[in-house]
Amino acid sequence: MRSSLRVRVFSAAVTLALALVLLDGLWHFFSWAIVHAIWSVPRGADGAPDTDLCRAAIGRGACWAVIGEKFRFILFGFYPHALQWRSAIVVALFVLLFALSLNPRFWRPALVAVWLAVLALVAVLMWGGVFGLEFVAADQWGGLPITLILATFGLALSFPLAILVALGRRASGLPVIRWIAVAYVELIRGVPLISLLFMASVMLPLFLPEGIDINKLLRAQLAFILFAGAYLAEVVRAGLQALPRGQQEAAAALGLSYWQATRLVVLPQALRHVIPMLVNTFIGFFKDTSLVLIIGIFDLMTTGRTATLEPRWQGFGNEVYLLLAAIYFAFCFAMARISRLLERRLNEPHLPIVEPA
Amino acid sequence: MPRFARSLSGLAALLALLLPSLARAAPPAASPTLAAVLARGVLNCGVAGNAAGFSLPDSAGVMRGIDADGCRAIAAAVLGDQKKLKFVPTTTENRFTALQSGEIDVLVRETTWTLGREASLGLEFGVINFYDGTGFMVKKSSGVTSARDLDGATICVEPGTSTELAIADYFRVNAMKYTPVEIQDLQEIHNAFLSGRCDAYSTDSSALAGFRFTQGAHAEDFVLLPELISKEPLGPMVRKGDDKWFDIIRWVSFAEITAEELGVSSRNVESFHDTTNPDIRRLLGLEGDLGKALGLDDQWAFNVIRQVGNTGEIWQRNMAPLGLPRGLNNLWNRGGLLFAPPLR
Repeated sequence: MRSSLRVRVFSAAVTLALALVLLDGLWHFFSWAIVHAIWSVPRGADGAPDTDLCRAAIGRGACWAVIGEKFRFILFGFYPHALQWRSAIVVALFVLLFALSLNPRFWRPALVAVWLAVLALVAVLMWGGVFGLEFVAADQWGGLPITLILATFGLALSFPLAILVALGRRASGLPVIRWIAVAYVELIRGVPLISLLFMASVMLPLFLPEGIDINKLLRAQLAFILFAGAYLAEVVRAGLQALPRGQQEAAAALGLSYWQATRLVVLPQALRHVIPMLVNTFIGFFKDTSLVLIIGIFDLMTTGRTATLEPRWQGFGNEVYLLLAAIYFAFCFAMARISRLLERRLNEPHLPIVEPA
Repeated sequence: MPRFARSLSGLAALLALLLPSLARAAPPAASPTLAAVLARGVLNCGVAGNAAGFSLPDSAGVMRGIDADGCRAIAAAVLGDQKKLKFVPTTTENRFTALQSGEIDVLVRETTWTLGREASLGLEFGVINFYDGTGFMVKKSSGVTSARDLDGATICVEPGTSTELAIADYFRVNAMKYTPVEIQDLQEIHNAFLSGRCDAYSTDSSALAGFRFTQGAHAEDFVLLPELISKEPLGPMVRKGDDKWFDIIRWVSFAEITAEELGVSSRNVESFHDTTNPDIRRLLGLEGDLGKALGLDDQWAFNVIRQVGNTGEIWQRNMAPLGLPRGLNNLWNRGGLLFAPPLR
């Protein structure tokens, strides 16, 4: 009796202490981020912003003025200033596309067509050169669109590749294909993404004939697809392993061809098992896109870092990193939501995965 | 027979396809790089893109700095328009391969000119566009006034840089001891120095001046020690074996120096069209054909000065705002090392 009372008092005290620590932390953050924050700075005689106000507040209050000054560069990088509305639309299109894909009501075959159409529109807006839009070379792209393009195209293209490789690895009657699939997965998985990016950015141009110059972004995108493909292939293979052999045999007994059986019987069940792992990999790769920093591509992470290198704004990195964290979190959280929705839906057997067309 | 005729006509067609291209390739281009740039209409210029004062995008995404202006000057000289230029951000890891592979035409990336680099990379330095050196910064309150007082000090330094090697050499030669605190991130290294984790902060003196500038009203609390313990001559690089292109890179820089020496700037360059000074007349292409000798337009230097400016203007625009004294980067007759051979 007495001991249980003592335990209860102790646990209450611990709870209270932890709550106080948490509250204190929250209060400090609130005080830093809101109460003592500097929202804008005056401009000096030469028209340049005067950051002394922010500098005086270091440690006490956040300097959100750095975001106000730099947000266009952070979001869009070197994209021509007057044309950045096109980059903004591209980001909005991606968000819309993800939001649409989040809603199970739209999970019907037509969604694939919508995806293709939006991705085509993205290409038109970023490059221009048609419909009276000024041409913008890919070297000038930067910021959030780069991150979204690398991640979206990377995952959208590596996923079909991964399925083919996973099937190839299990193709018992075709040793050559199996051998190629195994070699691909093991070779790519055996090296870090950084070294793949380096090879794409540094070694590949040395082997190309003079005058042929594959765009750096495209090279990075290819490296990214190959890398993601190898990892996703193993995830898909895990799903295939979990499926009893009888499923394939039963499908064959019904007279379905190999591809029919795979498409209608094997893959729908296999992928269902591995959704959490797939989304886990997707989220990991979304964040890995920031590694293009090392080959001089200005993705969101690089533009954010670069924004705080100007001497006038040096020392306000925390504010910028908080913004970057918020953006990354928003996209990763959306992916996690898709995963939850998919799982819930697939656990209700009477609902079809995809609405009939 | 018809078969033979067919193959003969096929051969003829093949020859017809090949011959014009052979004919086009026949006159050997004086400079493959220059020919490529002219054909492309755009100069691909490799920069760092992350170094204040050298090349760093401003809030509108426009590259600023002396390296960026170096690229602009070459574009103005070669293509007549400083905007016909593509900045290619490179990292310390991929900068040399970018040049070797032809992805960029010239590398203007605050790269230190050393024998090792020039002898082993198949690349060469055109000229020196910035004289830098490793320096030390301390807090004024420490009372340290010379690098000789730093025996036993902790020193903040970025790992893997030439600074690290220079400090090691300096302390070994002077039989002094020190403890390095190695930090990669710029902001972290600044914080470590400000919070007193190290007694001194060492890097290129230009970067130290930039750091001092970031301290705003507190700049006076920091002292840049007088000793520069290493020579860091920075300059643009080109591929070896294209001497004509090398000449252009080098003489564009000399033209900027000469313009400052002669008092010709972007603001007054137009007023010299009826000058009698032969040096200025040759520089601006009013007399002689120096541009043609380089394989360029005779307006080449005029375009550089008009669109980008002379060395003094480039300094004022990019380095002076960082509070950097001009020192060695002044003209030879004002105590610096900028000395251009005559444009004759």
